[in-house]
Amino acid sequence: MAADGGVGMTRAMPVPSVPGGRAPAETFGLSGRIGVEREGFSLDVALDVEPGEVVGVLGPNGAGKSTLLRAICGLVPLTHGRIMLGDAVLDDPEADVMMPVNRRGIGVVFQEYRLFEHVSVLDNVAFGPRSSGSSRAAARLVAHPWLDRLGLADLAQRKPSQLSGGQAQRVALARALACNPMALLLDEPLAALDASTRLEVRSELRDHLRDFAGPTIVVTHDAIDALVLADRIVVIEDGLITQQGQALEVARRPATDYVARLLGLNLLRGHAIDGEVTVDGGGLLHVADRSVFGGVLVAIRPNAILLHADRPDGSARNVWTGTVDGIEVIGDRVRVTVVGPPTVMVDVTSGAIAELHLARGDRVWLSAKATELEVYRG
Amino acid sequence: MSRRGRPITSPPRIVAIPAVIALLFLGLPIVGLLFRAPWSNLGAVLTSRTSLDALRLSLVTATAATMVAFVIGVPLAWMLARAQFPGRRLARALVTVPLVLPPVVGGIALLLAFGRRGIVGQYFESCCGVTLAFTAPGVVVAEAFVAMPFLIITVEGALRVLDARVEEAAATLGAGRLTIFRRVTLPLLAPALVAGGVLTFARALGEFGATITFAGNLPGVTQTLPLAVYVGLEGDPSEAVALSLILLAVSVGALVLLRDRWLRTGASA
Repeated sequence: MAADGGVGMTRAMPVPSVPGGRAPAETFGLSGRIGVEREGFSLDVALDVEPGEVVGVLGPNGAGKSTLLRAICGLVPLTHGRIMLGDAVLDDPEADVMMPVNRRGIGVVFQEYRLFEHVSVLDNVAFGPRSSGSSRAAARLVAHPWLDRLGLADLAQRKPSQLSGGQAQRVALARALACNPMALLLDEPLAALDASTRLEVRSELRDHLRDFAGPTIVVTHDAIDALVLADRIVVIEDGLITQQGQALEVARRPATDYVARLLGLNLLRGHAIDGEVTVDGGGLLHVADRSVFGGVLVAIRPNAILLHADRPDGSARNVWTGTVDGIEVIGDRVRVTVVGPPTVMVDVTSGAIAELHLARGDRVWLSAKATELEVYRG
Repeated sequence: MSRRGRPITSPPRIVAIPAVIALLFLGLPIVGLLFRAPWSNLGAVLTSRTSLDALRLSLVTATAATMVAFVIGVPLAWMLARAQFPGRRLARALVTVPLVLPPVVGGIALLLAFGRRGIVGQYFESCCGVTLAFTAPGVVVAEAFVAMPFLIITVEGALRVLDARVEEAAATLGAGRLTIFRRVTLPLLAPALVAGGVLTFARALGEFGATITFAGNLPGVTQTLPLAVYVGLEGDPSEAVALSLILLAVSVGALVLLRDRWLRTGASA
């Protein structure tokens, strides 16, 4: 009981920030190596997030994304490594230091929002200031501008159960921001929304994250969310980083099959010599970039590949043949899987499918320009 | 008779016969109580010295026992639900013992522990001059012993079902353990606290066996309503019936309070 975090009076609270973009007096980067070892699960990730930077953590279910966030905010203790916020140690198992969750000053927006169902939207947002010792009236005074800022002023008296998904998400964000956190963590912030509201909330969220002066980490398994929200992307698979880089870089040059699949790209592995790539598993592709040698990856957008009934005479330097294996309708396009070698996904219009009378097992010709093939060291 | 519209999952009609018997079995005694009540001189019986004393004592001790249950029972429920400590399973089993123990046996056990010669009671006697057995505070002890498990079990169950993830969210907002408990856990527990409290109060009010064994049956001192009913039955049965009506009214009141305010909303929440 002695380890109780107390009523929060001891925590040095910065002056409540004025919503509207004024940053806290000082901002710190979040850095460290997050190691969590559990039975049948292991996470070992080095992270360094600058103030104002938004890092998107992308990964499949069970990769350890949520554990990463829980470790950073203090809900899961590290088994090895160290987490720092500026010069302050948040967790260091070797030095036996672990700052309790409620003293870390790290705002979290949880996937299911976790709003307090028993109080109003206003008091949800006022909860943080109130926990740090403010009176009810003073806490509400801090909360109001955040409600205004996130467009929640009209909903202040509602209970969380009366909110739509998008509104609840904004309340969760306002609640976290009203604590004037040093860093912000978001766990699948858009996963609980339906497709139509998602688009709108996503761009709103991007604007709010831009206004936040501290380091931000957004965990998601959706590539678009990560690309829209984050400046930099870290891909985690099986508890380890498999790729990281600027969002655009990752989108153009995926390093693993998982990322390529998320982005809907064809990813082929091969060996390059002087502009020619011998694809693992068969096939030869011509690429425009002759400077890359050795083991390479080739990324091809499915709509950069053309489908033909007969051998094409065009100028495309890559021409090969294959068998149709799958036909899947995606929105207004049709994705055709053609078994090569090399085997690729091709996007065509539904009109083209009708014209070609495509069916499973048909023999087709494929063509792609060398300049459409992104080749890079794998 | 049309069978149309009767869902296949509804029971066959024959089941209605034992069901009605069960309902009559439970309901007729209540009806009997109401029919045989001395309505004409009810006022006189109820305002008699013995009745008023017993009623007052019952209300005071049952309220005190419920308060004791809240003060020490809720913390125990919290520990049982959320803390890791050796012997937790044993502690949980111990809490349920008073529920299944015959109250008379509970009374004897209380005597052996808290009586004048009891393993703990003798020190109360020698160091603080406090005697529990055969005193009004002893009534509270007996009632709390029997009734507190209702509160502990209700609250512990609710705590275990309660979504701890909301409490985690509160921690990330700067709330310490006590703040979380006070401002998040307790409000979410409110339905269970009310339900458990009402059950505890009702059980304490009706307590007979442990009370008469541990605290005796001294009119005006330890004679609660149920004891007065028992005594009345030997002397003046109409008085016993009249006093029973009070207990019935309080019990039904508790039931109504539970059903309409909390049981239903609590179940659907």
